[in-house]
Amino acid sequence: MDAIILQILNGLDKGSAYALIALGLTLIFGTLGVVNFAHGALFMLGAFCAVTFSRLLQLSHTVIDETQKDFLGNPLKVDVPYIYEILGESAGAAVIDWAVPLSLLMAIPVMIAIGVIMERGLIKHFYKRPHADQILVTFGLAIVLQEIIKYFYGANPIPTPAPDAFIGSFDFGAMIGFDAGSIVYPYWRLVYFFFAAVIIAAVFAFLQFTTFGMVVRAGMADRETVTLLGIDIDKRFTMMFGIAAAVAGLAGVMYTPINSPNYHMGMDFLVLSFVVVVVGGMGSLPGAVLAGFLLGIVEAFASMTQVLEILPGINQIVIYLVAIVVLLTRPRGLMGRKGVMED
Amino acid sequence: MTKSNFTRRGVLKTGAVAGAGLATPTIFTSRVWADGHSGFTNAPTGDTVTLGFNVPQSGPYADEGADELRAFELAVEHLNGEGDGGMLSTFSSKALEGTGILGKKVQFVTGDTQTKSDAARASARSMIEKDGAVMVSGGSSSGVAVAVQALCQEAGIIFMAGLTHSNDTTGKDRKANGFRHFFNSYMSGAALAPILAAQYGNDRKAYHLTADYNWGYTTEEAVRSSTEAMGWTTVNSVKTPLTQTDFSSYIAPVLQSEADVLVLNHYGGNMVNSLTNAVQFGLRAREVAGKQFEIVVPLYSELMARGAGENIAGILGSQNWDWKLENQLGARYSGTNAFVQSFGTKYGFPPSQAAHTCYVQTLLYADAVTRAGSFNPCAVDEALADFEFDGLGNGPTLYRAADHQCFKDVVVVRGKENPENEFDLVEIVEVTPADQVTYAPDHPQFAGGSLGECNPGA
Repeated sequence: MDAIILQILNGLDKGSAYALIALGLTLIFGTLGVVNFAHGALFMLGAFCAVTFSRLLQLSHTVIDETQKDFLGNPLKVDVPYIYEILGESAGAAVIDWAVPLSLLMAIPVMIAIGVIMERGLIKHFYKRPHADQILVTFGLAIVLQEIIKYFYGANPIPTPAPDAFIGSFDFGAMIGFDAGSIVYPYWRLVYFFFAAVIIAAVFAFLQFTTFGMVVRAGMADRETVTLLGIDIDKRFTMMFGIAAAVAGLAGVMYTPINSPNYHMGMDFLVLSFVVVVVGGMGSLPGAVLAGFLLGIVEAFASMTQVLEILPGINQIVIYLVAIVVLLTRPRGLMGRKGVMED
Repeated sequence: MTKSNFTRRGVLKTGAVAGAGLATPTIFTSRVWADGHSGFTNAPTGDTVTLGFNVPQSGPYADEGADELRAFELAVEHLNGEGDGGMLSTFSSKALEGTGILGKKVQFVTGDTQTKSDAARASARSMIEKDGAVMVSGGSSSGVAVAVQALCQEAGIIFMAGLTHSNDTTGKDRKANGFRHFFNSYMSGAALAPILAAQYGNDRKAYHLTADYNWGYTTEEAVRSSTEAMGWTTVNSVKTPLTQTDFSSYIAPVLQSEADVLVLNHYGGNMVNSLTNAVQFGLRAREVAGKQFEIVVPLYSELMARGAGENIAGILGSQNWDWKLENQLGARYSGTNAFVQSFGTKYGFPPSQAAHTCYVQTLLYADAVTRAGSFNPCAVDEALADFEFDGLGNGPTLYRAADHQCFKDVVVVRGKENPENEFDLVEIVEVTPADQVTYAPDHPQFAGGSLGECNPGA
């Protein structure tokens, strides 16, 4: 039982990342009708916003410490962050410690700007082109973006830890009456799950309870009629592209303490996120969220030792098996709408 | 009546040419000349010789590839008499004088393996066929090394492997034209086992997470057999997809098992992520039946340890070489400081073990050619066979003829609790002597292969 609870928890945090990426992906598809293969790259760019912000906070000047030697026997060059001099050492260190959560502030405008530039500068020229063209151009864009990141940041993963207060894990098993140490769960993964829940709720609330969201939903349902009413739906859809980019970016920012970011991390999530969108139903926001968590949990269960003993290798194919089963029984996905991508 | 065609002028000309020929020093007419310029693939004919350095310049191991290229560049400088000479002054063989190789200036071309076997073979083929490379070196993956080694064997080119750790490179996939200086999975297991026993005891239960490809299998097999031989039991072993990024669902069952040691048979990004996840789930702070839970990473990479950050603190693993060896363990590891000085002065940071093995391989090749007096792969093969050397940073080393594997001490390291900088992430725990990691050429973990005959190619 404790193993099952632990895998559900694992599935929830993994599903959080899938759901956040798939949410943006399906938002873009639902509004603009574009199959955006660069969406994983947006997740990666968000993670590198955290890396960049962390490095900005640690911008330093060099002081020669004659009492210490470097590996060549020369006096040691010690980097002293400017922020220590501005805020004092303890306050400066605290700010650097909280770099990842603080970088959300930088990531939101940066990612919206990247999304808008991407849509206006490239993707809008492909609206009337076949989906295959859209896939090719966005996939190409994803490769360009990751190569740019690799050029500036290298190929190695870059450790970007959570604040000290969230490092480590807590004994969830002992809290709910199981043996101590049987269900241990890292603090930051719990933070990530709640963060994802808040972002998902915020996106739904934005679409549901604001005039802007209402117009966007109307545009998703019937673009022509909304345009005939004199509403510039393209401008709103561009903004939605920016918001979808921000959602992916924020998911990337908060993911950095879970796995050290590298230039390839977007591609690692991209294929799975597409499976999530297809299983959830193309263009369906609740479907993307539901499928994200569902597939996260299924994937976690498939990695259980007991399951692998019965079905070796199932962990590597289970998501695709679920996708096949769902598409055979519900061809539009779990919550897909009639008419989407069926023309 | 017969008429002679001889003329006085003709006889004089013929006599002069014949006399000059007989008077020529034998060095120009001996085997050296013949072998040095003909009879094998890409025999150098001008006053230069081209080496091919095939490393990952893109893909996940690009940073390691970049460090290997730095080392190759440095080696070429030193061979050509530029810079401070690096390990040429400490190398026990004194054949190299900084005048190129056999008097030919060394130049090099590079290829990008992308850490993909097919791409690596394509770039190696290009360097051999278009650029005329007489030797190919490099690598950061055993799959790539095995593929390129086979290509070099077919082409009649010497392959001096870079970083490749799988037993198979000098085991079932060994080739007469291929040589490995880097250590292997068996040696990691053999070196780590006594240290693990001393540090953690003989009664331990290990859980293996193993990357689902060739290197992962050989490493798990080596560590399992070594640790089980000293009394450990293996409670489980799970293969993880190479593309896995989040290992939480593989770590969770470890918590449910009775294991008190987790062995991560992972490298590169896999290692960074699985180790980070294991530490996040509190394994380092865990106690099982009164024993502190421990994590072991059989193959350490300093470059990739940087990606894991503070998570490597206290984690044991093995290395082929470490830049602190000579400072901490003395003159047995001479050459280390000379190389660190050269590399550090040129690039501003200490070299990785990948850089070291590539630098050493280039010098060893050049030295073998010089001692053999020929670039002919079969002459190089003979020169390297059972060649014993010292002064290249690893202590006394043997290049065994039976499998073309180097035998030398293995360094056991532990992640530092409080690293002073990003280049000083591990501390040397102990060095396992070469004789403890030496095995028979027909050892079961290396069975099924044969060097075959050396191939000089064209």
